[in-house]
Amino acid sequence: MILKGRAHVFGDDINTDYIISGKYKFKTLDMKELALHLMEDIDPDFHKKVRPGDFIVAGRNFGCGSSREQAPLVIKAAGISAVLAASFARIFFRNAINKGLPVVECDTSAIRTGDELEVDLERGLVRNLTTGGQVEMKPLPGVMMDILKEGGLTEYLRKYGEFRL
Amino acid sequence: MGMTIAEKIISRHAGREARAGELVVAEVDFIMGQDGTTPLAIQAFREMGGVKVSHPERVALVIDHSAPSPVEGTSNLHALMREFASSQGVRLYDVGWGVCHCLLPEQGHVAPGDLVVGADSHTTTYGAINAFSTGVGSTDLAAAMLTGKLWFKVPASMRLELRGKLQPGVYSKDVALFITGELTADGATYLALEYGGEVISDLSVEARFTISNMAVEVGAKAGLMEADAKVLDYVARRVKRPFEPAEPDPDAEYVEIREYDLSDLPPMVAVPHRVDHVKPVEEVEGTEIHQAVLGTCTNGRLEDLEVAAEILAGKSVHPGVRLIVAPASREVLLEGMRKGVIQALVEAGGALVTPGCGPCVGTHNGVPADGEVVISTANRNFKGRMGNANAFIYLASPATVAASALEGKITDPRKAMR
Repeated sequence: MILKGRAHVFGDDINTDYIISGKYKFKTLDMKELALHLMEDIDPDFHKKVRPGDFIVAGRNFGCGSSREQAPLVIKAAGISAVLAASFARIFFRNAINKGLPVVECDTSAIRTGDELEVDLERGLVRNLTTGGQVEMKPLPGVMMDILKEGGLTEYLRKYGEFRL
Repeated sequence: MGMTIAEKIISRHAGREARAGELVVAEVDFIMGQDGTTPLAIQAFREMGGVKVSHPERVALVIDHSAPSPVEGTSNLHALMREFASSQGVRLYDVGWGVCHCLLPEQGHVAPGDLVVGADSHTTTYGAINAFSTGVGSTDLAAAMLTGKLWFKVPASMRLELRGKLQPGVYSKDVALFITGELTADGATYLALEYGGEVISDLSVEARFTISNMAVEVGAKAGLMEADAKVLDYVARRVKRPFEPAEPDPDAEYVEIREYDLSDLPPMVAVPHRVDHVKPVEEVEGTEIHQAVLGTCTNGRLEDLEVAAEILAGKSVHPGVRLIVAPASREVLLEGMRKGVIQALVEAGGALVTPGCGPCVGTHNGVPADGEVVISTANRNFKGRMGNANAFIYLASPATVAASALEGKITDPRKAMR
């Protein structure tokens, strides 16, 4: 699977409250509605800047904080095709894979907002089409790759009925 | 080579020896969901083709984050949880029971040596009673309800030896904040923390929960302690099934062992907008506050309310401050009433709200105004956390919060206790 889009760059320790604030997420399961509030507390107009297929790019510890699965769901609903970060908080990382949102651990330090990126999940490569740079991504454990290939844990369990390591 | 607490507990539940870094499928002893995460889990459960929860007696659903419901959308999600619990024969703790992380150990659902998952990041709390308990998302919660199992990567462990004797006016919250400042927000990502040393053994079980609760604030997957006599006494009164505590082997392998002498630790405060931005109270003393919050899964237990009541008894909260009191459970509320603790807090000007998460997650019960400053006993002070991105949240112990509520500004509790 090769993904193409523009980068939206954020810093370190982007927590799940920033991704989707608690004040919205308890009221509805409508992710399209929640997507209007993506990153609202740190960039109020963010949802307007996203074009389908774009990437969120961040530093260390992306998705720290709560276990809310609305975080990856809202990112997906907003049209983001993958999140690239230097590192991820573990619950967010697991939730993203479980919901079929690709999460890519790689060196993001050279990526700037607006850069055109090409992410090749099969070959494990991130190419920066704007600068010509290229970085490798950290491979996913086998079980996570299998879950992602099925489109998420729901689809995986519907198919296999149990976890297969 | 010996094993850590995490390796032992996961190995037992996987039915084979498993070391740090290995992936296993393991059976879980208990599964928890709350009202912010369970509705999505019910949706996922049904989409997985789920008909029956595999072990209904191992599941508890708790309505605590927006309880009682402030708006119709939330009410409908609560109704979905009630319907699911009733049709599946699953235990539901409805509005008024309290915060999931206070309830589960209190009601005897968690025992030493258990493997527990909860759809809430602060599920690390039960590590204080020697359970490997960790936060998961809604779809993992659904998978655990459906299959009774989950896949885990066995985490490597970091051991923290906490030496010395805490000064009067210094509490487990100050220890938890100190550790968060030392390790930083991602200092223990993917790791299990193991806490030991005389600081831990001197603390009550209630106080220990505060430290394990905040393990996730440094990215840890679990915050484990040993099951000493205090823990065994705590669970003997509550747990009705057999269990097997897990001790670390003397030659267990750790990625790092850190030792801290906390004899001179002062009261600590986390300043906006990061939990790991921690300072001694004296560096922020005098900061004007508008709201003080006593409660949450971190510090809403009886001991916490007692410490605050001692400081506030017979006095009045500063006229410029709203003091919100949210006991962490009905049992805490009832016991606090019997002991006169609630009386003292309310007489001092406290506004008592339903046992539950209170204003911590920004849904209701005290959303601050623009520019306002809050001091809270909670575990997170992210911008917008309490429902307003233009407010400022400081985190501290119940004693520091009570002393600050009296003075209308951040205050060293040792001054109020003299």
